[in-house]
Amino acid sequence: MQYALIIRESAEDFGRRADPTYKNGWIAYTQALVQAGIMTGGAGLTAPETATVVRRQGEDHEVKDGPFPEGKEQLGGFYLIDVPDLDAALEWALRVPISQQGSVEIRPRLQM
Amino acid sequence: MELDAGRAAEQTARQSYGKLIAFLAARFRDVPAAEDALSDAIAAALSTWPERGIPDNPEAWLLVAAKRNLLRRVRHENVRAGARDRIMMAFEEAEERMNADNSTFPDERLKLLFVCAHPALDRSAHTPLMLQSVLAVDAATIAKAFLVSPQAMSQRLVRAKIKIRDAHIPFIVPERSALPDRLESVLSAIYAAYGLGWDGVDGEIGKQRSLADEAIWLGRTLLATMPEEPEAAGLLSLMLYSQSRREARRDANGRYVPLDQQDMALWDVEMIAEADNLLRKTGAFERFGPFQCQAAIQSVHADRRRSGITDWAALAKLYQALVMMKPTVGARVSYAAVTGKVEGPAAGLALLDRIAEREIVNYQPYWAVRAHLLTEAEDEENASHAYRTAIGLSDSEAVRQFLQARLDGIASPKR
Repeated sequence: MQYALIIRESAEDFGRRADPTYKNGWIAYTQALVQAGIMTGGAGLTAPETATVVRRQGEDHEVKDGPFPEGKEQLGGFYLIDVPDLDAALEWALRVPISQQGSVEIRPRLQM
Repeated sequence: MELDAGRAAEQTARQSYGKLIAFLAARFRDVPAAEDALSDAIAAALSTWPERGIPDNPEAWLLVAAKRNLLRRVRHENVRAGARDRIMMAFEEAEERMNADNSTFPDERLKLLFVCAHPALDRSAHTPLMLQSVLAVDAATIAKAFLVSPQAMSQRLVRAKIKIRDAHIPFIVPERSALPDRLESVLSAIYAAYGLGWDGVDGEIGKQRSLADEAIWLGRTLLATMPEEPEAAGLLSLMLYSQSRREARRDANGRYVPLDQQDMALWDVEMIAEADNLLRKTGAFERFGPFQCQAAIQSVHADRRRSGITDWAALAKLYQALVMMKPTVGARVSYAAVTGKVEGPAAGLALLDRIAEREIVNYQPYWAVRAHLLTEAEDEENASHAYRTAIGLSDSEAVRQFLQARLDGIASPKR
C-alpha cells in the first residue's frame, strides 16, 4: 500500500532551509526511508514565493504570481512510501522532522 | 422468565455477530461488506432465536444463513463481485475452523475494537462504530442515543468505515509501545457507551438500560482478552459499581435520588462484590491509572453500605489524583464538590473558580455543584442564579425536579 506523506511548512520553516540543523534533519530522514527500502518517490519543493498559478476562467486561462492562499502552512514537499498499512505509515510520519508550525498529512495513493 | 430467555437469545446473537464481523473484517478489512453479508442473517437470528431457542453453535448458524443469503443475492447482483469472492473465501475458512476436530473459532473482536477506536478515525465515530460493528446495535438506535439525526449518524459511520478500508487501517492489537494510548481510546469509547445508557435512565428505559449492559459486556470482553491490563479491569469495576446502584437512582415516583440519599438496600450486592474483587486485583500490577482511580472513588461510596459513613477525606485524595492524571472538567468539578464537603464551601468554590469559563458555560454539573456550595456558604442570591442555570442546562426531567426543589428550599424562607 502506498501513502503520500504531504509536508506543510510555515514561512519561517521555508526561511530556515539553509540552516544546517533544519536541513540535516531532512537529509537524515530521507536517508532512513531509502535505507528501509520503502521510499518510492517524492520531492522537496522550493518556497511558495517561487510559485505561479494557472487558473481556468471560462475558455481562457489566467496566469498569476504566487501560490493559492492556504493560510499559514504551505506545501513544502512530499514523500511517497510503500508500507503494509496505515499504522506503519503513521510510524514514519511521526519521524518527519517538521517544526512546531509544520504538519504531515498521510494520504493513501489512488489505486488505478 | 420468558423475557430473560429472549434477552439471552438476543445477547448470544449479538455476540456471535460481533465475532463473525471481526473474523471477516480482519481478513479483508472491508467492514461494510462484512456487515452487508451478515445483515439478513442477524435479523433472522434476532427474530427466530428468542422463540425457537439458541442453536447449539450460534456462529455456525449465522454463517450458514449468511452464506445462503449471499448466494441468493449474487443472482440479484447486489454485492460487488470482488467483495463477494473474498467473503466467500472467508466464510469457507470460518466453516473449516468450526468443523475441525477441536473446533476453535478465533475471537478477533479485540482487533475490531482497536480499529473502531483508531486515532485516524474521527473521535465522535469511535463509540458508534463499536456499537454497530461489534454489538449489532442498529444505526437508528445509536443516532437516538447520541442525539443526532439518523442520516447524520449513518453518514458518520459510513465515512469511518470507508476510511478503514481505503486507508488500510490494520486489524491488529497494537504493540506494547503504542498500547497505552491506543487502549485509552478503546476504554474511553466503551465508557462513553456506558454513559449513554446511564444518562438515559428516564425516558425509554428498556433500550437505554440495555446500552449500559452492552457496554459492560464490551468491558468484559476486553478484560477477558487482556487480563494483564489493570486499566481494563478498572473500567469494568467502575461500570459495575455504577450499575450496582441502578435501582436506587430513582424513587418510587421516578424522582432522581442523589447518591448520598439512596436506599442502600437497593444496591446490587453481587455486582459490588465483583467490582471490589476486580479493583483489588489491579493493585498487584502497580500501574495506577484514571479508570482504576474512578473505580476506587466508587468503591469508597460503595463502602458506605458496610460502614454507614462516607470517607470524604479518602474521596478528596482520590479526586486529587484523578485531576492530576486526567484533568477533565468532570473530574475537576467533582474534586471541588468533595473538597467543599471536607474543607468547607469556600475551598470548593475556589477550585470551581479556577475552571475556565468556556468549559463550564454548557456543563450542567458545574452549576449544580456551584449552587450547592453557594447555598452552604449562605450566598442565597448567587445560589439561586446558579440553580436556575443548572436547571436550564438539565436534559432530564427528574434532575430538573430535584434541582427545582432545592431552589424552592432556599428561596421560600425569605418570602
